[in-house]
Amino acid sequence: MCLAIPGKIVELMEGDRSLASVDVLGVRRKVDLGLLADERPVTGDWVLIHVGFAMSKISEADALTTLRMLEELGEADAALEEAQGYGLGEAGETGSRAGP
Amino acid sequence: MRFVDEFREPELIHRTAEEIRRLADPGRHYRLMEICGGHTHSIYRFGLQDILPRNIDLIHGPGCPVCVLPMGRIDDGLSIAEQPDVIFAAFGDMMRVPGTHGSPLEYKARGMDVRIIYSPSDALKLARNNPDKHVLFFAIGFETTAPSTALTLMRAKAEGLRNFSVFCNHVTIIPAIRAILDSPDMRIDAFIGPGHVSTVIGCRPYGWIASQEGKPIVVTGFEPLDILQSIVMLLRQLNQRHCAVENQYKRAVPWEGNSAALRAMAEAFELRPFFEWRGLGFISQSALQIKEGYAEWDAERRFAVPGIRVTDPKASQCGEVLKGMLKPAQCRLFGKECTPERPIGALMVSSEGSCAAYYNYEHRKAQTLTKLASAPVGA
Repeated sequence: MCLAIPGKIVELMEGDRSLASVDVLGVRRKVDLGLLADERPVTGDWVLIHVGFAMSKISEADALTTLRMLEELGEADAALEEAQGYGLGEAGETGSRAGP
Repeated sequence: MRFVDEFREPELIHRTAEEIRRLADPGRHYRLMEICGGHTHSIYRFGLQDILPRNIDLIHGPGCPVCVLPMGRIDDGLSIAEQPDVIFAAFGDMMRVPGTHGSPLEYKARGMDVRIIYSPSDALKLARNNPDKHVLFFAIGFETTAPSTALTLMRAKAEGLRNFSVFCNHVTIIPAIRAILDSPDMRIDAFIGPGHVSTVIGCRPYGWIASQEGKPIVVTGFEPLDILQSIVMLLRQLNQRHCAVENQYKRAVPWEGNSAALRAMAEAFELRPFFEWRGLGFISQSALQIKEGYAEWDAERRFAVPGIRVTDPKASQCGEVLKGMLKPAQCRLFGKECTPERPIGALMVSSEGSCAAYYNYEHRKAQTLTKLASAPVGA
């Protein structure tokens, strides 16, 4: 719960403007953008995700640094498990799974 | 300095550590509290205390929401979940946390419908998928998590989803800091401010810590270098007798916080008159409850909640550890009756609690060293 995981916005959902398809550690997940209503991100932006909600926009360099730190902290597996768990772990509902 | 060479930027780490040694006045003892459990985790994982001069002590604060939740609240939540046709949904962190009659995971083993979720919106999805059941979301966390729960409540209301409710245990960080500062035996010189909580609340709410209490505070990121840089900033302030709120974690924390997240919280939540914290006792206006307008989705209004109170065993000294009076290993139960496998005190409950973090890294390191020392030469 206390992890913040960087993800890159792949596609904004049509119909529901508060949802985006986001690449999180190689997994495509639906992420809620409702808490960034005042600085709406666009495709290609990086966001910090906390319990399935994008909490803040960050730069690509900071996102890559944070990903490396999750690795160094030994938390990359926990982060991947969390990302895979979003949407009740029903993979495929928001697109294909890329590499790990 | 066992981990230094593993760092991404060892040069920069060395230089920052050097700067800390230069700034630390040998005639002074510095007690710095990191408030957030994420920082505690990083500090132990990277062995940062080993890099610091001996007269800088890092004290691990109350910022692990799982740790400070009283056992009675877990009992209350599980008692709702024991009613027929209820699905109990919670984050994985909660699953092993013991209630009086077992953890959620143990209840699951006894046949209760317990689901691990990774996002509050998945609790909504569970409710949609199971229209003949009631989904109870056991909500927990500081201001980092509370906005997501708020938005989830707003969505449930907009959708008119009637088989969903939230058992709200969200807490707020500022009153906890105040409780620590108000305690007569408090011995803290400055604060390493929380990172993720501050992405939501910004830096302004910490102003009184500097202006009224005379303690510097630096909002800090989670990398080893972030934490060391923050210590440099705090030492500079302390040496110059200057007290201000500074932001080391600018890359993620805007000074004003996240306005949309604050709006969501204000829409769905209000302050509780008081709430109990394990290790700190009752703190007024330190937690959130669901507003009247969302009463239908408030588990505490929809169900009869027993309001169980379980006092911590007298022998545990969590409060003294939280306030920096004792190191984890100085507690009389540490590593004996109280271990991460069988936690008695609050701080041993989650891996981000200071006792569990200390146990996992320091205690095991010491045991390995003892084993190595007693091994026959050449073995």
